[in-house]
Amino acid sequence: MPDSYNRPLADAALLACPDCDLVQRLPALALGASARCPRCDRELWRRRADPLDRTLALALAAAVLFVVANSVPMLGLTVVGRAAETTVVGGAVQLWSDARPFVAALVLCTAVIAPALQIGSMLAIVLGARRPRPARWVGALLRHHPTTRIWSMIEVMLLGVLVALIKIADYATVVPGVALYALGALVFLLAGMQASFDAREVWRRIEWAAEAAPAGVDAGAPAEATP
Amino acid sequence: MSAAGASALALGLQGCEGCGLLSRPAPNRAEGRCPRCDTTLEFRKPHSLQRTWAYLIAAAICYVPANLLPVLTTTTARGVESDTILQGVVLLWSPTGWPLSLIVLVASIMIPSAKILALAYLLIGVQRRAAANDAQRVRLYRSVRFVGRWSMVDVYVDTFTAALVQLQPLMSVQPGPGLLFFAAVVVLTMLAAESFDPRLIWDAADRSEVRHA
Repeated sequence: MPDSYNRPLADAALLACPDCDLVQRLPALALGASARCPRCDRELWRRRADPLDRTLALALAAAVLFVVANSVPMLGLTVVGRAAETTVVGGAVQLWSDARPFVAALVLCTAVIAPALQIGSMLAIVLGARRPRPARWVGALLRHHPTTRIWSMIEVMLLGVLVALIKIADYATVVPGVALYALGALVFLLAGMQASFDAREVWRRIEWAAEAAPAGVDAGAPAEATP
Repeated sequence: MSAAGASALALGLQGCEGCGLLSRPAPNRAEGRCPRCDTTLEFRKPHSLQRTWAYLIAAAICYVPANLLPVLTTTTARGVESDTILQGVVLLWSPTGWPLSLIVLVASIMIPSAKILALAYLLIGVQRRAAANDAQRVRLYRSVRFVGRWSMVDVYVDTFTAALVQLQPLMSVQPGPGLLFFAAVVVLTMLAAESFDPRLIWDAADRSEVRHA
């Protein structure tokens, strides 16, 4: 093992709390139970029943709804014989042509690109993790998955669209489109997809980055450290 | 006390931010890479305080034009009217519309300002090596991260209002210059929250424990 890699510990149940750095040993958990840090109360791990299959099912459903939500109109309005409608991307495009490219890019990133990456990477992770020894690219995706979650704001956009809808309803007839209902269901599917997923379970199976290098480990080889 | 009460830093161990693995740097090395996921490991996020302050000060500066400049410009046959965020809140206030008005008030005015103040309080606490209220301060940090995304609501409201109401010459709505600064406040405060390292909150208490031991 080259010097640039850290040495793993013999006890794979030891971890440091990400919020307060307290070193502790994770207990064996029953399905559905969770472990919290005794010092700062951060949830360290929640063990999920059947995390790969359930997450795959929810991610597939989310992918279908995401495609629907972005291919049909979301909102329409009619007033004195004139009609207009917009899709999610249409909102960003209109903003771009109104000379607000930065805000348009932000809306496109948080409402379309980040959710697409969130769903797509989750699909790839749970499919890739089904192999007996998941490849390293599964780890690379898993490492960056939390970032896509932070910037994916479907639920916030839905609230914003509803506020806009009620505002406009004062002077025009608003027609909610199919995409609006798809987005509403997508919010719950995304929450379920994240809640059914168990990152620790996938990390446990993943091929280690340092494994290609010649062995010379001071404490338990990684393959032995996992139960 | 045994290892059960010590931070990874005090034990010379590093918890990986990518995959959570706890590991020990190779002999004669201070820091290295995670053997499982290849992330570069550091005991604390590098330059966390400087980066968080930089994002936060930029957010505080943008907060002023975000609230003073109009976010929406409405053009009707009767003329042109521009509204700031606060004017939008007042316009929405009515016997039936007050819940909406409240949503916009909380999401667009209260959350961004509370976030800036909360992060400044956390930064000052770390810099003064405060060792009290650690559990409350980390809870404050977690709520800042949880709640911050909801200030994007007004960006979406204005985006889709402007996208839909394009009924020239009857009525049309354009996003105003304030929207750019408001979006910048939201993004900058989110980046500030992500660059802050909550483990710094506990370092002062850990150090004083070592001193008294």
